[in-house]
Amino acid sequence: MIKIKELSKRYGKKNVVEKVSLTIEPGTITSFIGPNGAGKSTLLSMVSRLLEADTGEVLLDQQTIKKWKSDEFAKRVSILKQSNFMNVRLTVRELVSFGRYPYSRGRLTEIDEKYVDKAIDYMNLGEMQDQFIDELSGGQKQRAFIAMVIAQDTDYILLDEPLNNLDMKHSVQIMKILRKLVDELGKTVVIVLHDINFASVYSDRIVALKDGKLVKDGPTKDIINSTSLREIYDMHIPVQEQNGCRICVYFNSHA
Amino acid sequence: MRKNSTKLILLLVLSLISILLYAFYDIKGGFDYAFPRRVIKIAAMIVTGVAISYATVVFQTITQNRILTPSVMGMDSMYGVVQTLIYFFAGSMSVWVVNKYLNFAAAIIAMVLFALILYRFLFRSDKHPIYLLLLIGMIIGTLLGSLVTFLQVIIDPVEYLSLQSMLFASFTKVKAELLYIAIVILIISFVYGFRIMSKLDVMSLGRENAMNLGINYDRMVMNILILSSVLIATSTALVGPITFFGLIVANLSYQYLVTYKHSILILGASLISIIALVGGQFLVEHVLELRTTLSVIINFIGGIYFIYLLLKESRAAK
Ligand SMILES: Nc1ncnc2c1ncn2[C@@H]1O[C@H](COP(=O)(O)OP(=O)(O)OP(=O)(O)O)[C@@H](O)[C@H]1O
Ligand SMILES: [Mg+2]
Repeated sequence: MIKIKELSKRYGKKNVVEKVSLTIEPGTITSFIGPNGAGKSTLLSMVSRLLEADTGEVLLDQQTIKKWKSDEFAKRVSILKQSNFMNVRLTVRELVSFGRYPYSRGRLTEIDEKYVDKAIDYMNLGEMQDQFIDELSGGQKQRAFIAMVIAQDTDYILLDEPLNNLDMKHSVQIMKILRKLVDELGKTVVIVLHDINFASVYSDRIVALKDGKLVKDGPTKDIINSTSLREIYDMHIPVQEQNGCRICVYFNSHA
Repeated sequence: MRKNSTKLILLLVLSLISILLYAFYDIKGGFDYAFPRRVIKIAAMIVTGVAISYATVVFQTITQNRILTPSVMGMDSMYGVVQTLIYFFAGSMSVWVVNKYLNFAAAIIAMVLFALILYRFLFRSDKHPIYLLLLIGMIIGTLLGSLVTFLQVIIDPVEYLSLQSMLFASFTKVKAELLYIAIVILIISFVYGFRIMSKLDVMSLGRENAMNLGINYDRMVMNILILSSVLIATSTALVGPITFFGLIVANLSYQYLVTYKHSILILGASLISIIALVGGQFLVEHVLELRTTLSVIINFIGGIYFIYLLLKESRAAK
């Protein structure tokens, strides 16, 4: 279980994340939503130790994450950032193999290779596994990075806007894979999403941030309704029910 | 992978040929006199080449770029500054000069500090555009150079002569007593290096990806900065500054051996260095008959190559 307690971060005079507390239950998909600049990425970075919090703490299995050893932590929690820039030329397969580093330390065993194969398969990258990353399209590249995180095989997977650059088919595919990882393998996924319909259809729980503060936290059905959404986005968002899914039709709303 | 091992073997053969040529070509008359001298020079060139290659490749990995090198950022000018300051304040008879080890240690410590400050302010915070960093590097280099000149003008003329001989080390005037320290330092660096090769590979994915994969990134950066400062200090003390050398050999290695593996990249760059230095010195001594020096040639070719890389980078940025 990951427990976030009164976590805060400020840059200059601005409280970017302000006293956020929440618990991430194992075996669920939690979506972080909220306007640009709300602090979603910053919160995720602090939970994954990429960024140090100013105050407050994060507990992983009752132990503060500061006390975890880097290599052990990397076997439990993985994160994929919003943008990834690299200075080296790597093939898709080489990149995905890096996901095994916490276990293999650079020397892949047969078991590691199996995980890599599986992750490549999951992300439909089989045909381009020997292509160089910098020769792929934005979406293909994004999928290669997601495959790396899947190969890392951690209990907790944190993804910052992984659907960036992806077409509808691949977005749906990735959300389904995440669902499968949670339902079949018992993983826990925390994901930042801008398309609230993906959040509505695929997540168990939604956490909404606004101006650095946690404004909503609850089961998906409690958040996806016009009243809550207005509070988060200051916008009228009609919600329609379709085949048991709640769909937000915001394309021509006005504030 | 297979192709890379063939390429490395080719480089190895070429370096051996250069070494043999330099050691035995045209060695008339006083073999007993000339041969040991040539061996010392060869050893110095190998140590220098390997130290610069190693330092440059790891520096470029942690700074996430392929154009800036420790030398371009002014790290080897720092060596001159330290020596000049020592001569200025302590004098050539002081223990800081007479004791070679102490002198060397002082230079290394100053260079490590310089590297840490440089990193802290230039590379750690938000990503600055490469041109800005380059400009700052040039300014720092010029500033340090002027400081050295200024102090040298007001220093005692006798001291000045002795300082000059210290700063103008070159391949033809290797200081043998420093060679042993240099070899020891290089061996220690490699023992440490073997343990971190795969970590370096992960670090080339960038700070956040590396941290995600369990690398203690900031501590590694610190260690590597120290490592590369020590190596640059070693090579500068041995043969003097050769600004653009690291840039050439590191980039040739990246281009020739397309891989992310540091073990291969560093080995490749080291072999290329040996070919360039030993082969180059052979040409300078036997073909050009010492009408110019190797450092001049290297900086000339290196400067052109540097401009080429900059242009390529700016085209890629568009
Ligand atoms: N390194 C930094 N220095 C100063 N301010 C920062 C820094 N990083 C983030 N901020 C500020 O913190 C706020 C939150 O940023 P964050 O990236 O967490 O937002 P976000 O919710 O992920 O937004 P988006 O949906 O656009 O990705 C923003 O106002 C941003 O300007
Ligand atoms: Mg963000």
